[in-house]
Amino acid sequence: MPSLPNLTADLGAVWLTFRLATVTTVLLLLIGTPIAWWLARTRSWWKGPVGAVVALPIVLPPTVIGFYLLLLMGPDGAVGRFTEWAGIGLLPFTFWGLVVASVFYSMPFVVQPIQNAFEAIGERPLEAAATLRAAPLDAFFSVALPLARPGFLTATILGFAHTVGEFGVVLMIGGNIPDKTRVVSVQIYDHVEALEYAQAHWLAGGMVVFAFLVLLALYTLTGRKAR
Amino acid sequence: MSIAAQFKLDWPGFSLDVDLDLPGRGVTALFGQSGCGKTTLLRCIAGLDRGAGRLAINGETWQDAGVFLPTHRRPLGYVFQDARLFAHLDVGRNLDYARRRAASGNSRGDAAIVELLGLGPLLERLPERLSGGEQQRVAIARALLSAPRLLLLDEPLAALDHARKQEILPYLERLRDELDIPVIYVSHAADEVARLADHLVVMDGGRAVAQGPLAATLARIDLPIRLGEDAGAVFAATVAERDAEWHLARVEFDGGELWVRDSGVAVGRQVRVRILARDVSLANSRHDDVSIMNLLPATVLAHAAEDHPSAILVQLRVGGTKLLARLTRRSAQRLDLAPGREVWVQIKAVALIG
Repeated sequence: MPSLPNLTADLGAVWLTFRLATVTTVLLLLIGTPIAWWLARTRSWWKGPVGAVVALPIVLPPTVIGFYLLLLMGPDGAVGRFTEWAGIGLLPFTFWGLVVASVFYSMPFVVQPIQNAFEAIGERPLEAAATLRAAPLDAFFSVALPLARPGFLTATILGFAHTVGEFGVVLMIGGNIPDKTRVVSVQIYDHVEALEYAQAHWLAGGMVVFAFLVLLALYTLTGRKAR
Repeated sequence: MSIAAQFKLDWPGFSLDVDLDLPGRGVTALFGQSGCGKTTLLRCIAGLDRGAGRLAINGETWQDAGVFLPTHRRPLGYVFQDARLFAHLDVGRNLDYARRRAASGNSRGDAAIVELLGLGPLLERLPERLSGGEQQRVAIARALLSAPRLLLLDEPLAALDHARKQEILPYLERLRDELDIPVIYVSHAADEVARLADHLVVMDGGRAVAQGPLAATLARIDLPIRLGEDAGAVFAATVAERDAEWHLARVEFDGGELWVRDSGVAVGRQVRVRILARDVSLANSRHDDVSIMNLLPATVLAHAAEDHPSAILVQLRVGGTKLLARLTRRSAQRLDLAPGREVWVQIKAVALIG
C-alpha cells in the first residue's frame, strides 16, 4: 500500500480529475449542442471550415494545442488581456485554465456524435412537428433532442473519458500543482519519474479499469439502441 | 368558401406554375405522374417549400406579397407519404403532441377521432411496432387532432401494399363523408382518385392542365395526359334492388340502370360507380345472346386518339351521364362511329366504389 501522504495526493488527483472531466463535459454539452445543430443543418459555405476547426484536436499533437492556448491565455495573449481586464486574472496554471483547454481538446468527441445524431434525424420529423404547430424551438426540444438521445449519451461518455485521459495539454496549461492542476495522468507520470512503481500501478491500473468500463458501457448502450 | 392558390417556383430542372381556385369544401385530388409537381404544390400550400405567389384559404391570407405564415402558424393538418410518427413517443403521446398544440378545440370530440380511425387498441404501442397501415391511420388521426382548417394528404396510400390500402380506404371514405373542412389529396393512382375525390386537378410538368368536378373531368377525352388502362367514367347511382338469388344489386343512375355484384350496400343508399373504358364495347344493334348483362342505348359524342395507334377513345352519352369506351380504330371504322350515331353500349364490368 502507498504511504499516507502519497495516498492523499493520489486521491486528490482522482477527485480533481473527476471535477475537471465533469465541468468540461457539462460545458461541452452546452456549447457543443448548438454547434452540432448548426453543422448538421446548415448549407452555408462555412460548414466545412468550422467542422475542420472543431475536428483539429483529433489530429494535432496535444502539445501544439497547449502551446497556442498558453500564448493566447498568457499575459500577452488576447484572451489573457481580456481575463486580466475583466478581473479574473490569468488562466494558465489554474483549474479554470485547465477547463478551457479541455473544452477545446475534447470538443470533437462531443460535437461529432451529436452532429451525427442530428443528421440521422434529418428534416422529416421536424417538418411533421411544424405541421402540428410546433414552433422551431419547441420542435427542437420536443422532437430533435429526444430523438438524438443516443448521440448525447455517446457524446457525454466520450467527452468525459477523453478529458480524463488527457496529459499533454494539461501539463502545458496546468503544470503540476497539487489539488489544482495535478490530474491522475500527471500524477502517474510523477510516480514513474520518482520510480514509485507500486503507486503508479494503483493509478494506472485504475485508469485501465475505468477506460474499459466506459467503453463497455458505450458499446452495450449504443449496441442495444442499434438493434 | 374557396381556396385560391397561385404559385411560381423555379428549381434546376423543375418549375411549378399554377393558379388554382379550388372548392372550399370536399376532397380535391391533385392527380398526375410522379414528378409532375403535385407534392411540391402541396408543400407550398403547407409552407414547407417556398414558392412566390399567393394563398388564401376561405378568406384567410396565408401567403401574399410580403406575407408568409411559417408552417407552424398555418392551421393545417398534413399527412406525409411516410407517416412520420415521432419514434420516441407511443401512439397516445403522438396524438397528445397534436392535441396540446391545437389552436382551438376540435368541432368533433377527440375521442371520436380516435374511434373513427380505430386506434383504441394501439394507443400504448410504439410506432416501430405498428404496420404501415396502422402508422398511416395514426398519422391521419394526429393531423385531425391538431384541429386543422385544411387537411393535406400526400399519397397516404402509396407506400402500402394492396391489402393495407384496402384496410385504409374505408377510413378515408368515412373521413370524406364526415369532415367539414376542405381536403387536398395528392395521388398518382386513378382508382383512389375515382373513389375519394369530388374535384379533380390534373397536373403535368408543373402545371395544372385540367380541373373541374370529378365526373365531368374524368369523362373528358381531351385531357392532355393519357390515363391508359385507368381511363373511365365515374358517376353517382342509387341502390334500387338487391337480388338474393343471384347475389346481384340493381343501381339506378341518370341514364338507366345497371346490375352489379351485390356488395352489401343497403337499398336506397347512394354509391359511386366506376366504369373503365376498356370494359365498354359498342354494337350497332341490341344483342341479347351475349353474356354481358348491362346493355344501354347511347349516343356517340366524340372520339380521340389513344397512345397506341391501334386504339381509340370514344365518348358517349347515356341519358345525362357520359361514358368512355376504348375500341380498336378498325372496329370504330367498321361500326361507322361518327358523332351523333346511336349505338348500344355493352358493359363488361361495373365497380361500386364507396
